[in-house]
Amino acid sequence: MTDSQTAPHSFGSWSNDPVQTRNERFTSTSPDDFPAVSPALLDWRLTPLDRIAALVSGELDGSHAEVTLSNAEFAWLPMSDTLVGSAGLPEDKVSARAWASTTDALHISLSGDSAEPAILSRALIGTRAAHLVITVEPHAKRTIVINNRGLVNLAENVEIIVRDGAQATVVSLGEWDDESIHLASHFATVGRDAHLRHILVSLGGSVQRVNPNIVLNGTGSSTDAYGVYFADAGQHIEHRVFVHHEAAQTTSRVTYKGALHGSGAHTVWVGDVLIGPNATGTDSYEQNRNLVLSEGTRADSVPNLEIKTGDIAGAGHASATGRFDDEHLFYLRSRGIPEKEARRLVVLGFLVEIINAIGVADIEERLTAALENELDRIEESE
Amino acid sequence: MSTLEIRNLHVSIDTENGPKQILNGVSLTINSGETHAIMGPNGSGKSTLAYTIAGHPRYTVDSGEILLDGENVLEMSVDERARAGLFLAMQYPVEIPGVTVSNFLRTAKTAIEGQAPSLRTWIKDVKQAMGDLKMDSSFADRNVNEGFSGGEKKRHEIVQLELLKPKFAVLDETDSGLDVDALKIVSEGVNRVKDNTGLGVLLITHYTRILRYIRPDFVHVFVAGRIAEQGGAELADRLEDEGYDRYLDNA
Repeated sequence: MTDSQTAPHSFGSWSNDPVQTRNERFTSTSPDDFPAVSPALLDWRLTPLDRIAALVSGELDGSHAEVTLSNAEFAWLPMSDTLVGSAGLPEDKVSARAWASTTDALHISLSGDSAEPAILSRALIGTRAAHLVITVEPHAKRTIVINNRGLVNLAENVEIIVRDGAQATVVSLGEWDDESIHLASHFATVGRDAHLRHILVSLGGSVQRVNPNIVLNGTGSSTDAYGVYFADAGQHIEHRVFVHHEAAQTTSRVTYKGALHGSGAHTVWVGDVLIGPNATGTDSYEQNRNLVLSEGTRADSVPNLEIKTGDIAGAGHASATGRFDDEHLFYLRSRGIPEKEARRLVVLGFLVEIINAIGVADIEERLTAALENELDRIEESE
Repeated sequence: MSTLEIRNLHVSIDTENGPKQILNGVSLTINSGETHAIMGPNGSGKSTLAYTIAGHPRYTVDSGEILLDGENVLEMSVDERARAGLFLAMQYPVEIPGVTVSNFLRTAKTAIEGQAPSLRTWIKDVKQAMGDLKMDSSFADRNVNEGFSGGEKKRHEIVQLELLKPKFAVLDETDSGLDVDALKIVSEGVNRVKDNTGLGVLLITHYTRILRYIRPDFVHVFVAGRIAEQGGAELADRLEDEGYDRYLDNA
């Protein structure tokens, strides 16, 4: 792309912190075990802390939310249940606060082989904490879509346990109201020969920080982790993605794409891939691409690759941020394409790869419509 | 039969030191099927004429007219001009992230025709046009101009010319940076479109080399933002021998 720049890369280290291997990061379910959230901390330094204060220090309502779920069953589990925490434990204070504030975890078990996605909606209002555990049973082939809509301050943990031989698709749709704040940690484990397709869509809200941790702990397991986001004026969207190749013969593909438009639109993507000492024969590739549509935006993009074994099939990463500028618009218009359509062509063309990965036709249509709606809002604001 | 008329065109651009006059009264009439070469030294305003016809926002028309079959082109937006039948093959086509060549060509064709072309004939037409310009069909899946060599970008411009079938094409230094083989391929493409559609061509060039392959009916020598001399193809031959010095001394 023209005007593209490559973000700083670092090999073999957790960015700015060369002594710590990524999976050795401190974990605890007790918020007091973590230092105060501050811009001095590496993993908070790019987040607008003034806007997330309610979730950093206020009281969180962790009571049961009203749940609507189709094509699957749910149950409430006490946080003491052995299933809770089996996919991962909090790595930051807000995640630990959500953990400590939640009374019961919402558990959804997916089994069988069905093309019909389970669709989850929760009525979340106020300043909330939540905990969701999704188990995809051995050899099941299932998709779950988590709808996130409305006005809320939400801190939550989502555990995804993909059992041996299962093929799971988890889609988390962040279509929040403009004022919403959503801070989430996803913890996934993927069993032997199992596959997880993990798709994050971040469109609405004031701040969305959704950090997926995916551990490929079963031999022959694999993941495709996708993210698509659109930040408009004043919006902060952050994804810190961690893929841990723990077992041998594991494969990961991480592809995040985003567009930015308007003053103060800020996106952060940090992609960490760790290939552990036992993870021989692994193959990994991670990439982040950003499309900048106006002045006044900022896209941070940092890929990190840490390799602890010499015997791998492949490992690579890429990061690029390209600008869509007036000369692009002139070129397309000089071929007869009206301005509005030209912009649409570029943005949707750029993001469609991720949308098409969802594989649920009506969700894909809804998201394309949501992206077109974002573009309409741009045109109205100009 | 269509006519593109440029009447007493005065054009300026904004600079740090205020507006700067580039074109000082250019008049030119091109009919369908005619090829007019605009030649001149660097900085004489050749490309300004090209971009003004296409409607680039950098250029301000201070006075004069551009008429396409009597319609006022200067009142049209950039995309309206293209839909009215004008085409600019650019000297430096930009790379557009996120838009594949196939999607771009089809969207442009649909915009110009007012309806989507039938899929079967369209795929055949695209294949044919790319084949004629010696572009591998894999280019259809690549982003517009992204990672293309200079020559591939120029050939892609002519693929668009073949598919969009405008009434008039302005070729802005399409020959620059092309080796002889690429120059032949591009020139054959332009001649083919002329033969098939009666395209009128405004061929802007610094060098006479391309005029061996695309024979001009008229040659206009641009100096300091106006036409200093006009003639037939023989004028190009004279410029080949004498260069532009004669005009610059008088300017």
